[in-house]
Amino acid sequence: MTSSLQQTKELTMVQAITDGLKIMLEEDPTTMILGEDIGVNGGVFRATDGLLEQFGEHRVIDTPLAESGIIGTSIGLALNGFKPIAEMQFQGFIYPAFEQIVSHAIRIRTRTLGAFTVPMVIRAPYGAGIHAPELHSDSMEAMFTHLPGLKVVIPSNAYDAKGLLISAIEDPDPVLFMEPMRTYRSTRATVPSEKYTVKIGEASALTTGEDVTILAYGNMISPALAAAKQAKENDNVNVEVIDLRTLYPLDEQTILESVEKTGRVVIVHEGHKTSGFGAELIAFINDKALFSLRNPVVRVTGYDVHVPFFSIEEHYIPNATRIYKAIETVLNEE
Amino acid sequence: MTTSLSSYLDQLERMDHDYPLLRMIQPDGSKAFAEDDYDVTLLLSFYKQMLRARMFDRKAINLQRQGRIGTYAPFEGQEAAQIGSASALQQGDWMFPTYRDHAATMTYGHSLETIFRYWKGRIDGCVPPAGLNILPPSVPIATQLLHAVGASWAERLKGQDRVAIAYFGDGATSEGDFHEGLNFGSAFNTPTIFFCQNNHFAISVPIHKQMKSRTIAQKAFAYDIEGIRVDGNDVLAVYKVMEYAVEKARRGDGPTLIEAVTWRYGAHTTADDPTKYRDQSINEERRDEDCLLRLERFLRQEGVFDEQQIEDATHEIAMEIDEAVERFERAEEPNPNDMFDHVFEDLTPSLREQHQQFQKEVTS
Repeated sequence: MTSSLQQTKELTMVQAITDGLKIMLEEDPTTMILGEDIGVNGGVFRATDGLLEQFGEHRVIDTPLAESGIIGTSIGLALNGFKPIAEMQFQGFIYPAFEQIVSHAIRIRTRTLGAFTVPMVIRAPYGAGIHAPELHSDSMEAMFTHLPGLKVVIPSNAYDAKGLLISAIEDPDPVLFMEPMRTYRSTRATVPSEKYTVKIGEASALTTGEDVTILAYGNMISPALAAAKQAKENDNVNVEVIDLRTLYPLDEQTILESVEKTGRVVIVHEGHKTSGFGAELIAFINDKALFSLRNPVVRVTGYDVHVPFFSIEEHYIPNATRIYKAIETVLNEE
Repeated sequence: MTTSLSSYLDQLERMDHDYPLLRMIQPDGSKAFAEDDYDVTLLLSFYKQMLRARMFDRKAINLQRQGRIGTYAPFEGQEAAQIGSASALQQGDWMFPTYRDHAATMTYGHSLETIFRYWKGRIDGCVPPAGLNILPPSVPIATQLLHAVGASWAERLKGQDRVAIAYFGDGATSEGDFHEGLNFGSAFNTPTIFFCQNNHFAISVPIHKQMKSRTIAQKAFAYDIEGIRVDGNDVLAVYKVMEYAVEKARRGDGPTLIEAVTWRYGAHTTADDPTKYRDQSINEERRDEDCLLRLERFLRQEGVFDEQQIEDATHEIAMEIDEAVERFERAEEPNPNDMFDHVFEDLTPSLREQHQQFQKEVTS
């Protein structure tokens, strides 16, 4: 990370992502972007806006409408010296490519004892809350953290998004980079204009507190911070909100230090509850810090229902009220 | 020109989208093109390579029966398709085989020992000799077509004239990735050879249940690329068609779908019994079109089939195979740490912890 700040910009997350892509396309001639509508149209969220004009159709490629084709050809490009950055238009559309990810992208290094590798990034906007049509709003990160050989990164703000994306592009292994669409334009952050990285595998404590730990990421950071503020104002409870930023590899040390300090943990994620990422976090705490706990860990998650049509999606997405109640529950001294 | 809808529709039925089967050597060993010169030296070399592949395949089945390797996918009957195609490649080209394409991989440079290691369940059986772009066998069906498109696309982007070949079977043409592969190859004009060995069976399912299409080659038509149907038991015809497709790809004129019509005599793998799903007496008819027999007939007609020379070659191959067997059976024990060491370039903290735990468990 750069310390002597040169120029900075106030950017939304999606602008910061464009900035990161642009820097890497300029710096590394082997990088290329592939996806549906990412060229002339600049991406359905405009994340690749202007890149086709600057870098041309051999670097910024409007592909046929075929997710398996995008990931499969990206694997071949990566095997042969390129750094593909593949965009899935929505995470909810990634499923046709699942076989290419599971059976090939993440395995080739092991299967060839390192003779062949697949350095590539898969970008996938995820999550509900933007009134998208049905099936556009999935949050299936846990399906991917289960996979060996794949890193899973989810930023929650513009600064981290750019720094993590650059790290992902420089990573020698496949990285799934999930972008919280609801947060794409909801806030701005001060972002250095130049290249910088945020290390994959490092969480970040957004607030410090000794009473309760909240573990969250992506779209859930905003309601988690709101609930923490409410707890401070109403109850003088100090909540430590930890933004995981990378789900795999997990920043175990940051989590453990906080759990050992507070002994009370609330986990928040938008994905479904059963076998969700929270289950893994609880298992991890069980392994490493069970006797630090003063109360059972509480989860605030999406329900085990299909992400609903948008007219009722706010009832599905964990919000500050539910998280605040969870803080109360975990503080209960009965 | 048509004057009525009914005559137009009538004409549709007669539209010519037949893909004739190319042959250079007839099953009786005679030349299909009497005026052409046939390179007898090349054909003698093909004969020996096919003999080598067949002897390897039979040895592998024997080893499996004796429990000395695991489940094995035999390719007997498909040697001409694989050797004719692989022989048209140059070093630097990319090969994406399946688990039944060892005649191709050994022709392109994989050692017999490595192939045995693969079937012994060892990861090192996937590692090609340095400088040879042979990917591990694709076990999922048709997925590798897209990798071949991507790798050969990369060559174009680098300004190189290398090509990629993806091997697959008739069953693979039902998978979505087959169609995505052809479409991407067509859309981006990649130097890719889609090489289908139509051996008529996807495990137990015969091709007439796999598709209504009369040929596989015709599937190229939809993607506006060339589709060529060739007798897969005629090594020269396969070689010539591949040479054509490879040269075209190197020139930048895009991909080709080749359907090599062939036959596997044996099981899908040593784990299934083909008598359950087909009348094996059909193999007797098929033997008359066998790739080795056909070439032998040709070479005899040309007066260049030297019994002694073939006997010597057979002896040499047997020794090579025996040495490969000895080497893989005497190889160092596989290293269980391999399962940890190459998941990522740098192991993640949790993987390092699991690895340490594993090492404690194996040493305690």
